Amino acid sequence: MIGADAVAPIAHAPVDWFAIAPEIALFGAALAIVVLRSVVRHDDRVPTASMFIAIAGVAAAGVFTGVQWGFVHGNGPYQAMSGLVAVDGFAVFVQSVILGATLLALLLSGGYLRRENLESPEYFALMLCSATGMLLMASANDLVTIFLSLEILSIALYVLAAFDRKRLTSQEAGLKYFLLGSFSSAVFLYGIALVYGATGTTNLTGIAKFFSTVVLLHDGVLFVGLALLLVGLGFKVAAAPFHMWTPDVYQGAPTPVTAFMAAATKAAAFAAILRVFVGAFHVYEVDWRPAIFGLAVLSLVVGSIAAVVQTDVKRMLAYSSVSHAGYVLIGVQAATDKGTSAALFYVCTYAVMATGAFAVVMLVARRGDDRHALTDYRGLASARPVLAGLLTLFLLAQAGVPFTGGFVAKLSVFSAAIDVGQYWLAVVGMLTAVIGAFVYLRIVLAMYAPPDDAATAEGPRIVVDAGTGVALTIAAGAIVFLGVVPGIMLDFAHAATQLLAH
Amino acid sequence: MPPLLGALTTVVEPNSKLGFPLLTFLVFLPAIGAIVTMLMPVRRPELSRAVGYVTSMATFGMALFLLTQFDTNPLDSGYQLLENHSWIGQLGVRWTLGVDGISLFMVALSALLFPIAILASAKVEKPKQFIVWMLLLESAMIGLFLALDAMIFFFFFEFVLVPMYFLIAGWGHDNRRYAAMKFFLFTMTGSAFLFAGIVSVAFMHQHSTHVLTFDVGTLTNWAAANIHGGTAKVLFLAFAVGFAVKVPLFPFHTWLPDAHTDAPTAGSVVLAGVMLKIGAYGFLRFAIPFFPQAAVDLAPLLIVLAVIGITYGAIVAAMQPNLKRIIAYSSVAHLGFVVLGVFALTNQGISGGLFTMLSHGLTTGALFLLVGMLYDRRHTYELSRFRGIWKAAPVFGGLFVAATFASIGLPGFSGFVGEFLSLLGAFLTSRWYVVVASTGVILAAVYLLWAVQRAFTGEPDDENRATPDINFRELVTVVPLLGLSLFLGFYPKPVLDRLQPSVNALIRHVEANSDYKAPTVPTVVAPQKGEGK
Repeated sequence: MIGADAVAPIAHAPVDWFAIAPEIALFGAALAIVVLRSVVRHDDRVPTASMFIAIAGVAAAGVFTGVQWGFVHGNGPYQAMSGLVAVDGFAVFVQSVILGATLLALLLSGGYLRRENLESPEYFALMLCSATGMLLMASANDLVTIFLSLEILSIALYVLAAFDRKRLTSQEAGLKYFLLGSFSSAVFLYGIALVYGATGTTNLTGIAKFFSTVVLLHDGVLFVGLALLLVGLGFKVAAAPFHMWTPDVYQGAPTPVTAFMAAATKAAAFAAILRVFVGAFHVYEVDWRPAIFGLAVLSLVVGSIAAVVQTDVKRMLAYSSVSHAGYVLIGVQAATDKGTSAALFYVCTYAVMATGAFAVVMLVARRGDDRHALTDYRGLASARPVLAGLLTLFLLAQAGVPFTGGFVAKLSVFSAAIDVGQYWLAVVGMLTAVIGAFVYLRIVLAMYAPPDDAATAEGPRIVVDAGTGVALTIAAGAIVFLGVVPGIMLDFAHAATQLLAH
Repeated sequence: MPPLLGALTTVVEPNSKLGFPLLTFLVFLPAIGAIVTMLMPVRRPELSRAVGYVTSMATFGMALFLLTQFDTNPLDSGYQLLENHSWIGQLGVRWTLGVDGISLFMVALSALLFPIAILASAKVEKPKQFIVWMLLLESAMIGLFLALDAMIFFFFFEFVLVPMYFLIAGWGHDNRRYAAMKFFLFTMTGSAFLFAGIVSVAFMHQHSTHVLTFDVGTLTNWAAANIHGGTAKVLFLAFAVGFAVKVPLFPFHTWLPDAHTDAPTAGSVVLAGVMLKIGAYGFLRFAIPFFPQAAVDLAPLLIVLAVIGITYGAIVAAMQPNLKRIIAYSSVAHLGFVVLGVFALTNQGISGGLFTMLSHGLTTGALFLLVGMLYDRRHTYELSRFRGIWKAAPVFGGLFVAATFASIGLPGFSGFVGEFLSLLGAFLTSRWYVVVASTGVILAAVYLLWAVQRAFTGEPDDENRATPDINFRELVTVVPLLGLSLFLGFYPKPVLDRLQPSVNALIRHVEANSDYKAPTVPTVVAPQKGEGK
């Protein structure tokens, strides 16, 4: 192994501000909110102002990401900070998805917090912190950076999940996510240690280089390390069998946080999976592909079948999120450029349709955030036809109906699988999509059923605030756009895959 | 491989005979109507209906224009009025549309049935949503038959489920939710295999030629020449499962009686009229031309299933206490004749199958309309509740009996020509199956006439005596269908002339790519048989 006895002076890596400009923009906005909170104490406008600061932060980060894209497109990808972060098309794509999901979640949160009497600037600061971690994860090119970003994003999310302190289920969600999440972080860290032990580096490019020149005679340590890395990341993307926390946490967390968790966390964690497995360990493709294959099949089957027996819409969507992780894993395990760009496109589409669906769920739940039973959706179509129509659109998109992004996303991951000869994986995916369709259609049927007089009479009217309205409009437009003219986003995903820093 | 004529070659340059993309207009006109309908106020249902009528009639007009533009030159068996634009470059999906003898009449039938179905549903609840779904369905149906890119076909193949699902679930009868769900899930399961099949062929083509395309013509020629043996059989079966669910072929048919019984009248008309044809069309457009040798080898299997469908459908139909279910099961039997004819792989068989598809759309469409009218009057489909309706409502009764005769395939109606050609074509290649299948013709007479006898003859009791006769609007919906069926029964030549070149090209393609030789029997000149047999 390298340099065990050489103690080099700690070199100060030059800080490449450009490489981490999006992260700085978000974190700066978070700090601004905290400062504002402590300076201006007694003013009702602070929460609203915080929301706008947060949105401005996301917009600034978006601009920086755009500039990075321009740079990468012109000059090619590069690594900054001694290889800790990569500035490449891949990072830019995933960061765009995360920023989009964060923007939608912020828009949902304003009205939600007001409705639930939870208004506080800290919420927005936490969400930005979490998003910062996600951005960093998208560009992380070192296992240590991945771990760092994992912790940044998780710790803020633990607090967010428990943000509705009055509600017991929210507390439960926070605690459960915290316990299982920190456990998975520990597993991931141990994985890093073992991989470092086997390869002598934590840098992803370094690992790939190492394997291009060295063949390990005893690779047991490496495999255990790889398995542990997969467990840690599998937990974050909610892939079965590491999905146990998902239904409880998704159900209990405040709904905008659930949307954020489903959309953005998944994108960030899949970025890490792709970078680690398809990027750094592509030499060991033969060994890790079956593992991811297994995770994919298990996620598809468990996610879709468990969703069938649920009566709580939020839990249904939580289990469907597990099965969506399975679809993305189909793209991952193909271990080809096609598979990677398909996975990226899927993650992007899922972010849109999950946020849209959870937005309607949030509205239907009304004050108290507790009307999530399937029976609460009865008569929605006659009471609020537009909302019902939008939820139908998002659910059909999740079912993979043509002319929505969901269809193209499924099409591209299945294509990637068939392209490498895995016909059966594609067929399993299609068949679980049928089970999934059953789940989504159950919700649709409930909405179009005649109203259950007793249930609707007691509930207050559904109020759509401006932010949520904007978010829903964006999501609906995006999901149709992704379905009708998917070429633009597919090209972006393809270019992002090509511009991966190695 | 010898260069093939017409139908199975790709012509990339768009046909410039017309100055505008007629086929794209045909696909999108109803969708545009649907969007306009969405913008109409809910409180003015007459506006939504007006948009529905105007759009569907305009589409029908365009379909008639398409019929006049279709080149009947028997040597020109290729796709006509081609349009080819890139759509999703990354995935090799192109917006390719074209029409040939096989798809021409399916498009025309769709365009004919939709205005009629909308007119028949003048009293439906929530008319705005209804019209929106109907028009979206029409767009998808026409797009499906015109698509010459396998992925576009699959897009529409999947998409038709959505409006149909909402039509059944939203406007159906008692058990509609169950029926709608079953319909959706059955078809989607089938399409899982179809999808795997389509994408596999496209990628095999890509691996060998480095061109990713879903162009039907290109894939047909490549697959027929390069995919052999076991692979071809497995892929053929993957396609076959997807299409067999749609046809529906025994034993994949169980969704159909439920869907039909509980669908609203318009839904049943469209379901029976055009939707079931997707399966048979798929066999002719994809499964057989892609894998000719596998199709020849596995034809006995499909013929057996078709014959089981014919006899089983007929026997089960005879036992039904519900009038609409009888017609639903009769569709299983009729579509059995279609598949029998198609897998006879002879000119007469395939032409007969296609003709039966057209004829079944007309006659069963008329029957479902009439049963729907009966339901509007009596709010039941129970056969035991009807009695002597012919006396109570003479015009209605007369039309019902006429529609029954048309459906049975009485000489003089289009059903006769189609079934006769199917059986004749199949007789040349699989004689003994035809003997069994012929009993289905007799059984059809048994179950339908028996039902007519029980419901329409005799003296009406008090409950039945009050049944009002058919009104003008209803007359307008049924008479064109029966009239057309009668016309084609006497004079099928215009249809057969346009079918034959494409059918011949298909058979030549199968012969060129397999060890199959179509039996050489002098071409049966069907028109003269129309009346005489």
